[in-house]
Amino acid sequence: MHLSESVNTGFLFLAPWLVFFPVIGLLINTLFGHKFSERMIGAVASLASGAAFVVSVLLYVTVSGAHGEAMRWQLAEWMHIGTLSLDWTFRVDSLSTTMMLVVSGVGTLIHIYAIGYMHEDVRFKNDVGRFRRFFVFLNLFIAAMMVLITGDSYLMLFVGWEGVGLCSFLLVGFWYELDLLARPSWSNSFAAVKAFVANRVGDFGFLIATFIMFWAFGSLQFDKVFQQVPTVAPGVIIAITLFFLLGVTGKSAQVPLYVWLPDAMAGPTPVSALIHAATMVTAGVYLVARSAPLYSSVPEAQNIVALVGAVTALFAATIAAGQFDIKKVLAYSTISQLGFMVAAVGMGAYVAGIFHLVTHAFFKALLFLSAGSVILGMERGHHHAAHANHDNHGKGKKKDGKRKVESEHDAHHDTRAERSAEHEVEAFDPGDMRNMGGLRKTMPVTFWVYMAGMVALSGIPPFSGFWSKDEILLDASMHNQVVYWLLTIAAFFTAFYMGRQIWMVFFGEARHEAAARAEESPKVITVPLIILAALAVLGGALNLPFEGFHNLGHWLEATLGEVESLPLNLQVAGISTLLALLAILISWLMYARKPFAKDQTDPLASLGILFKGMNSKWWIDELYHLLFINPYIKISYFIAEVIDWRFWHDWFHEKVIMGTYNWISFTGLNEYADQKGIDAFANGLGTWTQSLAGTLRKVQNGFVRSYALSILLGVVLILGYLIFK
Amino acid sequence: MIPVDYYIILSAILFTIGVLGVLIRRNALIIFMSIELMLNAANLAIVAFGSVFESFSGQIFVFFVIAVAAAEVAVGLALIVEIFRSKRSIDVDQVSSLKG
Repeated sequence: MHLSESVNTGFLFLAPWLVFFPVIGLLINTLFGHKFSERMIGAVASLASGAAFVVSVLLYVTVSGAHGEAMRWQLAEWMHIGTLSLDWTFRVDSLSTTMMLVVSGVGTLIHIYAIGYMHEDVRFKNDVGRFRRFFVFLNLFIAAMMVLITGDSYLMLFVGWEGVGLCSFLLVGFWYELDLLARPSWSNSFAAVKAFVANRVGDFGFLIATFIMFWAFGSLQFDKVFQQVPTVAPGVIIAITLFFLLGVTGKSAQVPLYVWLPDAMAGPTPVSALIHAATMVTAGVYLVARSAPLYSSVPEAQNIVALVGAVTALFAATIAAGQFDIKKVLAYSTISQLGFMVAAVGMGAYVAGIFHLVTHAFFKALLFLSAGSVILGMERGHHHAAHANHDNHGKGKKKDGKRKVESEHDAHHDTRAERSAEHEVEAFDPGDMRNMGGLRKTMPVTFWVYMAGMVALSGIPPFSGFWSKDEILLDASMHNQVVYWLLTIAAFFTAFYMGRQIWMVFFGEARHEAAARAEESPKVITVPLIILAALAVLGGALNLPFEGFHNLGHWLEATLGEVESLPLNLQVAGISTLLALLAILISWLMYARKPFAKDQTDPLASLGILFKGMNSKWWIDELYHLLFINPYIKISYFIAEVIDWRFWHDWFHEKVIMGTYNWISFTGLNEYADQKGIDAFANGLGTWTQSLAGTLRKVQNGFVRSYALSILLGVVLILGYLIFK
Repeated sequence: MIPVDYYIILSAILFTIGVLGVLIRRNALIIFMSIELMLNAANLAIVAFGSVFESFSGQIFVFFVIAVAAAEVAVGLALIVEIFRSKRSIDVDQVSSLKG
């Protein structure tokens, strides 16, 4: 804020390289990648992201040297219009440093993981050429995310906000023309469009908020806006904050715009981990934390934000408990956890929100990447099983057995698989937890890291999720009882669905041949998992609620203002821990005491309509279809068919414009002007000349004497005239 | 000394005969002769006026006319011969292939 000359700016000049390194990486891969091996492409992308991480660390050192004071580095002038002056300025303070460490750190691990993951993924999907494109998009995302978190004004933030939205779209639709689950081939691109459109709705709110802000504050630069907060009417700030909230619900997948995130799981798993769990979706939380002075001045808006977050947390957690897709469970879990964060920042507990953001980035990235490892393991197993069947073609017994298993999964032939595979491949969903089971033995490393993520997410002390979630719950118990109870129940569900997932995936017996033959992933995948697991286990140390700790809180104080450092409350912590343990126990009773068997109905199904609701996502997609999409399609159809085609095309263009034109050209110009005017004149001239000539030709009678007579008469006339004139 | 009027009257008579000959007769040779008659009528008038005005110009002019008339006879007779060759006749009414 006060960049006095005495402050040592240290490595501040490196700030633009947060963006430049990933851009350089993506440029190298775009321009020269076709000559590189996969290993080389992955190395370039990972190094680009890793370099950004190094820059983040150096910036962290610099900022901590300045006690978290905000520093700014102007890279370029952007626009200066009247009183509005916007530049591309990098803002480096404790909040943005925290974010950039998470983004580049987790991002780099995911880059490395993706080398191994995509290596296999592109082969399972028979398109090796797309390996390079994936890393180009991934680097582009890191660059856009850095623009978002280092922006010094709301407009620069918006540039990054849109940039990450674009990358999300590109990566969700990465396999845009391909679906191996016997759905229509456009399912993935439809998911990408859904993500983009839902985000557009949110972005509309963001833009309106920015416009109001410019109108009321005359500036979009953070410090200038925050300084003027006391002078602006609270009503205006409420409007701004609520429109920002709309943007947050879009980007951070809150009620009511969360529907895109579960579908976004269509993207490759590293994308789900990086974009749709660890970083991009937390942009909304970051936005609220960044706008802390605005939100803190209007408690009404804060309450709404907190309620939206809490409702989302509980709502999504109930859905997560009814899902069968391993990634869908995690997707709804992410929505739920984002709800925790939004509720926290909504209550003014910015540190708790950012703390949970960081720990969540660790354990949710871990869980997603582990789930990716599980899916790859299943695909390997499926591959082996298919090969085994191929080899044992003559042994009818085994083949029949397989066919029976496959037929239980609504197997349909997929055209692409048919086209590419030399052996029979049937639609097989490697992400369906009902196909799994017993993976603990075949994939031990993945199992253990998954366990680490699970206990962290479930809020079991002393793992990271416990500390951050507990801080949120504690804040909620002091500020808002409704939010507190919603979040506590959500925490119960969290532990339940994670327990359910663990028991279904890793325990019991293999329920599918693919699961029985599953194989552990290579080191390039497991090493990042182990690092993330360590972070997920130990991440809570960032901000322990004991005297002398609260490191993150003190660190963020410089940016977010005075923060109350709450001590551990045994009652709150006890309730949440007991509930989590209870939930895991219940899930054990339901799914593990008697192992979940092949084609057994889910034990939750005894809840009847409740389970149906959880499984069908409470029919929200259907509701949105009914309320928005179908009317929208109808209106679109009306506009296209009636307004555009019948009115504009058939009537206005064809009848009015073309008719008039035709009348003018055919009747007016052609008939009257051309035929009856010009043609008639030209023809008349010809006819007249002809008839005149017909008359005159009689003079040429061929008799010399008559010619001579006419000469004579002529001479006589002329002479007569000359004489008598 | 014969008055000039007589010459003029004679000239007019000769010219009129020539004109009538051209207009009335069909024989190309007769027409030709009639033309010569008109030329000579004109010559006579010119010479007559020349003596009245005591000028040689008239006589010189007549020489030119006679020379031109001689050339005209040469061309005209050649034409008549050619017409006779193709039509076997020198009736000018036969020469009407260009009539309208």
